[in-house]
Amino acid sequence: MHIVVCVKQVPDTKIIKINPKTNTLDRRSAPAILNPYDAHAVQEAVRLKKLVGGTVSVVSMGPPQATAIIKKSVEIGADEGYLISDRAFAGADTLATSYALSKALERIAKIKPIDMVICGKHAIDGDTGQVGPGIARRLDIPPVTNVIEVTEVIEKDKKVVIKRKLTSGYEIIQAQLPCLLTVEKEINEVEYSPLPNMIRAAKYESIIWTVADLENVDKVQLGLKGSPTIVGKMFSPPKPEGGIRLEGTANEQVNKLMDLLMEKKELFTLQTTK
Amino acid sequence: MNLSEYQGVWVFIEQNEGEIEGVSLELLGAGRTLADKLEVPLAGVLLGDGVRSLANQVVYYGADEVYIIDHPVLKDYRTESYMKGVIELAEKYKPEIFLYGATPNGKDLASAVATDLSTGLTADTTMLDIDLENRLFEASRPAFGGNIMATILCKKHRPQMATVRPKVMKALEVDHTRIGKIIEETISLKEEDMRTKVIQIVKDVSKKANLADAHVIICGGKGMGDLQNFQLLYSLADSIGASVGGTRDVVEAGWLPHHLQIGQTGETVTPKIYFAVGLSGAIQHTVGMKNSEIIIAINKDPNAPIFDVATYGIVGDAMEILPKLIEQFNELKNHTGGELSYV
Ligand SMILES: Cc1cc2nc3c(=O)[nH]c(=O)nc-3n(C[C@H](O)[C@H](O)[C@H](O)COP(=O)(O)OP(=O)(O)OC[C@H]3O[C@@H](n4cnc5c(N)ncnc54)[C@H](O)[C@@H]3O)c2cc1C
Repeated sequence: MHIVVCVKQVPDTKIIKINPKTNTLDRRSAPAILNPYDAHAVQEAVRLKKLVGGTVSVVSMGPPQATAIIKKSVEIGADEGYLISDRAFAGADTLATSYALSKALERIAKIKPIDMVICGKHAIDGDTGQVGPGIARRLDIPPVTNVIEVTEVIEKDKKVVIKRKLTSGYEIIQAQLPCLLTVEKEINEVEYSPLPNMIRAAKYESIIWTVADLENVDKVQLGLKGSPTIVGKMFSPPKPEGGIRLEGTANEQVNKLMDLLMEKKELFTLQTTK
Repeated sequence: MNLSEYQGVWVFIEQNEGEIEGVSLELLGAGRTLADKLEVPLAGVLLGDGVRSLANQVVYYGADEVYIIDHPVLKDYRTESYMKGVIELAEKYKPEIFLYGATPNGKDLASAVATDLSTGLTADTTMLDIDLENRLFEASRPAFGGNIMATILCKKHRPQMATVRPKVMKALEVDHTRIGKIIEETISLKEEDMRTKVIQIVKDVSKKANLADAHVIICGGKGMGDLQNFQLLYSLADSIGASVGGTRDVVEAGWLPHHLQIGQTGETVTPKIYFAVGLSGAIQHTVGMKNSEIIIAINKDPNAPIFDVATYGIVGDAMEILPKLIEQFNELKNHTGGELSYV
């Protein structure tokens, strides 16, 4: 099986600081990391490869430094890594991103046909989750989003059985291969990389493509030009006014609160059960 | 693309086994405001198997029109079948704005539809408005970890689409006197052509009963100090029949599992009463709880931002206040021999 994982380099939003003056992210304050959901996606591909055999490739769109996350993916166990990097991709929204990545995937499929594409549920810097399903549409393969378990790969029928998270609970889906999955964090634990992988990753040279290396590209659909959405304005969320401060000692405050709550008869009633 | 051909506001009506999701009713409320500003009709888009009977409800909650596709293949949600129906409707009737709930299925569907229609889609919005002068839809969402809002525009493509977070917009009061137009379309779908099959749907009732449906939530923050002190929250919860949740810091400390985290990267909740105890009220937290009916904040720092969203604020040490509150509630119960209940 050939599984391709789409990965993205993102600032670590857990560590990132907010510039209090401009209210924007201070990107320099945060290290760039492999999007955590994508780490789970690579891990899942590696797990499936161990199960049924095959190859795991990763592909990313980003600046040249993004080869760092390709190395990271190789540490987790990916075999090959492709980076598409070109000024023409800059400023892409989700529609233009899914277009560029689908062109890269088509090119990879020429090297080796693809049986499955895996993406993280979303990237933590944009939180949209729209790129995965977008790629699936462009490749005309079924998307299965919010996957929490790949239960079974039935190779001879070219089918997979998947658990997909819902608002409440989950569903079991059978999908034909090739298909595209987007995975939740609970799908697996990202394991510590074994030493041979670390050594391989350290030496690994990513395959880097520009637009010119991709085929049948409609340049109007790339980057800023190919992005229907733009950021209009940024503003601080309206600050609410706040309510009543209860005054006095701890006892007085608690008593006051009880009185106020008991007045709210429409919300809160005391029913005599006996 | 001739933009003026596109008119009307649409809401995708998500239904599960014949029940309309709350977020769809909320979006009919929000969509009503947008449609009134633009002076265009508001339509619900209802797909499923045997869903015709739900159309009235869509009208009662604010729609002028309901587009229906009723087909056995649409019994359970699947991207490929639902997408096909929605795209055919959108291409034929050309709405200018199209809203979906930011649920797993709503986001999945909207992403696929936007790709095929080559139009813009804004994810997880929390504020919607219209720029009347330019007749543009302004879809705003928290950006950069939520400290700032970004308004996303889609100037040259239609429909302008957005997914909207559940529990942020308000549904209208149901109005049984409303009358709407029902437009039913057919679609050619064959089960044999489907590449995905839903084998089983497993509902999880435990989690829902915990936070999303709780009437009263006690939410603790890092200010509870340690896991042992955190247990005080359960005593209060027991005395008034509430559920316990926490901030991200609390979840990261391992005091609570992740599904009980409230906020931007956790659950959004709207209980009748929300106790915010020993938590600072970071914006990423308050986006997930600020629509609660009554918010009671207990914090020893009088400048904590949680007081800005609180209905009632108590400045004090939680370890001192909580036992007194618990005592009062227990006394109240013992005194009258009754149970507290919430309407
Ligand atoms: C991308 C991103 C997503 C995030 N998502 C979420 C999310 O979904 N949910 C979430 O909650 N956070 C989220 N956060 C984190 C958020 O920014 C805050 O860091 C977090 O909410 C703070 O948790 P806290 O209030 O428990 O702790 P703190 O901010 O440390 O606040 C503790 C409070 O307790 C008070 N206190 C201390 N001792 C006592 C006492 N004895 N009695 C009374 N009060 C006391 C202090 O005055 C203080 O106000 C996110 C952050 C980012 C960047």
